[in-house]
Amino acid sequence: MKRFMAFVRKEFFHIFRDKRTLVILFGMPIVQILLFGYAITNEIKDAKIAILDKSKDHLSVRLIDKILSSGYFVGDDFLKNEAAIEGVFQKGVVKQVLIVDENFAQNLEKDHFTSIQLLADATDPNTATTLINYTTSIIRDFQSEMNVNSTLPMAIVPQVRMRYNPNLKSVFLFVPGLITIILMLVSAMMTSISIAREKEIGTMEVLLASPMKPVQVIVAKVVPYLLLSFINAIVILILGKFIFGVPINGSLTLLLLESVLFILMALSLGILISTVTETQQTALLISLMALMLPTILLSGFIFPVENMPYILQLLSNIIPAKWFIIIAKSIMLKGVGIGYFWKETLILIGFTVFFVALSVKKFKIRLA
Amino acid sequence: MRTIYFLVRKEFLQIFRNKGMLPIIFIMPIIQLVILSNAANFEIENLKLFFIDKDQSSFSRLLRSKMEGSSYFVMSGYGLSSAEGEEALNRDAADLVIEIPAGFERGLVRENSEEIQLIVNAIDGTKGGLANFYALAVIADFNREIREEFQVRRVINANQNITNRIDIVYSNWFNPDLNYKTFMVPGILVLLVTMIAAFLSAMNIVREKEIGTIEQLNVTPIRKHQFIIGKLLPFWILGLFELSVGLLIAKFVFDVPFVGNIFLIYGFAGLYLLLVLGMGLFISTFTETQQQAMFISWFFLVIFILMGGLFTAIENMPIWAQRITLFNPVRYFIEVVRMVMLKGSDFADIKWQTLIVFLYAVGVNGLAIFRYRKTV
Repeated sequence: MKRFMAFVRKEFFHIFRDKRTLVILFGMPIVQILLFGYAITNEIKDAKIAILDKSKDHLSVRLIDKILSSGYFVGDDFLKNEAAIEGVFQKGVVKQVLIVDENFAQNLEKDHFTSIQLLADATDPNTATTLINYTTSIIRDFQSEMNVNSTLPMAIVPQVRMRYNPNLKSVFLFVPGLITIILMLVSAMMTSISIAREKEIGTMEVLLASPMKPVQVIVAKVVPYLLLSFINAIVILILGKFIFGVPINGSLTLLLLESVLFILMALSLGILISTVTETQQTALLISLMALMLPTILLSGFIFPVENMPYILQLLSNIIPAKWFIIIAKSIMLKGVGIGYFWKETLILIGFTVFFVALSVKKFKIRLA
Repeated sequence: MRTIYFLVRKEFLQIFRNKGMLPIIFIMPIIQLVILSNAANFEIENLKLFFIDKDQSSFSRLLRSKMEGSSYFVMSGYGLSSAEGEEALNRDAADLVIEIPAGFERGLVRENSEEIQLIVNAIDGTKGGLANFYALAVIADFNREIREEFQVRRVINANQNITNRIDIVYSNWFNPDLNYKTFMVPGILVLLVTMIAAFLSAMNIVREKEIGTIEQLNVTPIRKHQFIIGKLLPFWILGLFELSVGLLIAKFVFDVPFVGNIFLIYGFAGLYLLLVLGMGLFISTFTETQQQAMFISWFFLVIFILMGGLFTAIENMPIWAQRITLFNPVRYFIEVVRMVMLKGSDFADIKWQTLIVFLYAVGVNGLAIFRYRKTV
């Protein structure tokens, strides 16, 4: 035990001696969560649209006014004719064109029927769909304003309640995901080079000649980083709560325990990478190239897993971040207990055990 | 010239000698491009609906079957009490709960108005908003139907109740089927090329520092600019090679249209890679260990990737964050690749992006050369 403690102390020295890395380790997650908390959003705001109003009558002006004052859209260009549409899209600034045909008010007042055209730049299909949906709901709103005078019989009045996120803020969705991504990548990166570094610098021989068992070496490498990452997790949670107003509705203790489990999992994945690679360069490239995009894309952080093709949904099961995002959302936003995510917790424990066991097995006690 | 040639050869030898690295540089990006391009789908369909019917009347059943018939929703369950709906939301078994109160039909007929409850899982605001939007549309439709049927029976003066209707016709330009892959493939390709170039160059000089071989290079008569070119050129070639493989995959696997001029993309990519490699070199010059270099380049790359406009649109960001993205090279490359490939923009359309990236590249590489000292 004493030997083990001495080893842990050695690892702490390594970390604290390199002041620059330490600043990076603590500073990076804070800057990132602050930046992304504000910047990563899919709420439409001030989207640039162009308008082709062929009527210019009192109703069309009122409708366009309503659309432009909604806060979602900004009128970037007012077109004269259809020929100009291609040109504005080509420049790439305008994302949607709204066309009001001739005699808009006249048709509406006389025939009670008229139509509006929306053209969206669908090179980004996700934005295009969202823009069309937003515009449609504003026009629907306008339509019901016009119908206000005639009270309809048999009206069904839907009462809508937005659960867990009443103001539809996208930080609520993204903060649990950001915590997951940052913890996962930082933790895995930190340990992934630790053993590879000893190999490359040559200190590995000293370690191997010592009476330490592989499992002791591995655990001693994990302990200091566990502490570091745990502090990072707490800082991020505090920022999420007090700056972005993301609540922690469930048990804080449970959330912290689950975070420790998740960090352990990521650290042991890093250790595994470290034991199978020879140089720091390879270790870092694996932990960065192999983990970064799959973790961002397949974990459900930005893109919902249930929209993906079936094979990718299966594949997403081996992304550990996916399970922690579910746990974090359940505790923070839904405020439910372990009964709702014991399965996810077990999966994370399974990953950890698997990575540790494999690292111990792959840990070579002889040098090549 | 000969000096540079030997330096380049040395770098290539080092790359190809390291058998552990080769698959990471060449195979992994391709696999990721093929797999991950399928993941980025915002199209929201098959929303899970949980239906609570406390009324059990012919109207409530009619509404239920109308919901079932809608292509947006799949039924995840039925219940009789509000608690069941709450449970379904908590277990993620429902995106939307509709609750029909007892006495719904009678209320509609007698009081002419009746409320129903829509409870939306709004953690994902966009999805929640859409679920709500679709459900309201179906309900409004249902409302109109029963009203018409009912009015026919009661022979109400129809004129009194005519409603104004605005029909909305929409079309999606450049990508009528909303194929998100044509949008994602070029974007993800850009990210992969950027990551490879940035990581390799960031680690390069610092590795020589850490291992000690930089001293050997320093005592040779190699000039500063020869050294930098010798370091940049191999990765520049590598980057363009990866880009070409990626473009072939985009064309033949994903069938992404190539509307514009391919040489325009290559020309821009050449400039862009200079910029990214210059950033890597710059990081390399002021760090001491590979660990530091990696952490710093990771920090910037995550920012570049998440704020590059690929996953969430730049226009939705607050103004100050949009200003920050002006320093994000990934943003320009994604813009240009999309404009040229999908819309067929020509050089006049991308001249600003080209100018910015050019000046940026000159600046960053200048700094890197300035910072590099041939002394220890």
